[in-house]
Amino acid sequence: MIPTANPQPPFITLDSVTKRWSNGATVLDGLSLQAERGEFISLIGPSGCGKSTLLRLLAGLSGLSSGSVKLDGMLPESAREIMSFIFQDATLLPWRTVRSNVELGLELEGKTTESQRHKTSTELLQWVGLSDVADLHPRQLSGGMRMRVSIARALATRPKILLMDEPFGALDEMTRDFLNEEVLRLRENDQFTTFFVTHSVAEAVFLSTRILVLRAKPGQIAREIPVPFSYPRTAALRSAPEFLRLVGEVSAALRSVQVPSNPSNPGHP
Amino acid sequence: MKKFLIQAAWPLAVFVVVITAWHLCCRWLAIPAYVLPQPSAVVRVVIERHQTLWNAFCITALEAGGGYLLSILGGVVIALFFAQSPLIRRSFYPYTILLQTVPIVAIAPLILMWFGSGLRSVMLVAFVICLFPIIANTTQGLISVPRNLIDLFVMSNASRSRQLLKLRLPYALPHLFVGLRISAGISVIGAVTGELFASSNAVGEGGLGYSITYANSQLQTDYLFALVLTASLLGFLFFFTITALEWLCLRKWHESAMKTDAD
Repeated sequence: MIPTANPQPPFITLDSVTKRWSNGATVLDGLSLQAERGEFISLIGPSGCGKSTLLRLLAGLSGLSSGSVKLDGMLPESAREIMSFIFQDATLLPWRTVRSNVELGLELEGKTTESQRHKTSTELLQWVGLSDVADLHPRQLSGGMRMRVSIARALATRPKILLMDEPFGALDEMTRDFLNEEVLRLRENDQFTTFFVTHSVAEAVFLSTRILVLRAKPGQIAREIPVPFSYPRTAALRSAPEFLRLVGEVSAALRSVQVPSNPSNPGHP
Repeated sequence: MKKFLIQAAWPLAVFVVVITAWHLCCRWLAIPAYVLPQPSAVVRVVIERHQTLWNAFCITALEAGGGYLLSILGGVVIALFFAQSPLIRRSFYPYTILLQTVPIVAIAPLILMWFGSGLRSVMLVAFVICLFPIIANTTQGLISVPRNLIDLFVMSNASRSRQLLKLRLPYALPHLFVGLRISAGISVIGAVTGELFASSNAVGEGGLGYSITYANSQLQTDYLFALVLTASLLGFLFFFTITALEWLCLRKWHESAMKTDAD
């Protein structure tokens, strides 16, 4: 590669990030990575490759053993104001209505008035198609609707960085496809930079600008696969030959990093 | 409403059968009234002595209710303290279990000896017996907040006090209510037990517990029955109040309070 003068440092930089548990096990080993504004990076890999840990390091929810993480020039703890985290389950507060769950982040930030929050949540609920259920409680919603509330809540603070930890893993395929399209639609509006952990190759290819295939023990980037399709992407893309070819390529890369399975090993498949 | 009547019909039928059997036993087996009074005798004594029964009811209600409210206050404060760290829990929790394992009839005379034989001491006995269920359940609620929810608050840079107010306390509320329901009934047990050891002059006319010892010593078994029934009524009243309050607080969002929705 020809070195070019780059006046602006990358938006997100991870420099030889290593994470060890207190029992000495290495989860991530010298992982380096750079991301530009607006990228959608999917992290995919076998269980134990540290993809969720990587997300938690970016969020500052877990500390590094060595190396450095910079987000827009800030350490993870200071960058929380420009970040939102979407968890595997919807993590809604059951005692709050849908609307007041969406407003939670803004409320905790404490920079907005009640009427401003109301305006934001009204807009967002409209965006994710939940205006009709604004006054219901989470238990009255389906799993897919709850996840949409969770996404709306994450976007309410207008984050520059969105961290998503396998958010659609528990949903059925139809809901998942629908929400994938929804995420892309929301992304048109707010150009957030996304790190997306998933187990689904098709999902990763459909959403991402770049896919990182991680290997386990210790966690490292095994392959980096750019996704060339332009946005906006529509559902039709899923049946395009070049899409299926890329799904095949990522699946092959994933198989190559899979630890040979040992039938007596009670771990995850 | 119709459904309610049908549901109420069964326990009512059981009630009628039991009362009839009781009445017939007394008649046919010629059981003396001081061993087992007839149901009609109990009803008669309730009507005749309703004023003294009411006074005893009020005294015991005050003792049980006071001890109960104190235990809610104390229990929640202690639970908040326990929720701070596992080290604190490990250090103090074994001693709170003592509250549960030492029989109240053993503590009651001590409390009355230390704090004097009066209404406040009886309240203290009720307080002691109510405390553990509230501490145990509230602590459990405060510390079982899912990791992800806490992370969510951390990501929003929420302070500890905000986390407590907007996350831990509401999350613990259903757990607190479990403790409140258990303690509602036993607060009356505590107050009655306390009175058994308190002398009459100190508790004025005497609450239900004192009156029970008195009726027993006088072989006024019909009055004894009336007193026991009044005591259970008091416990039921506490329990019912707290269950209604629980329904009001949780009906919108908690599974336990939404049974009618699921039907």
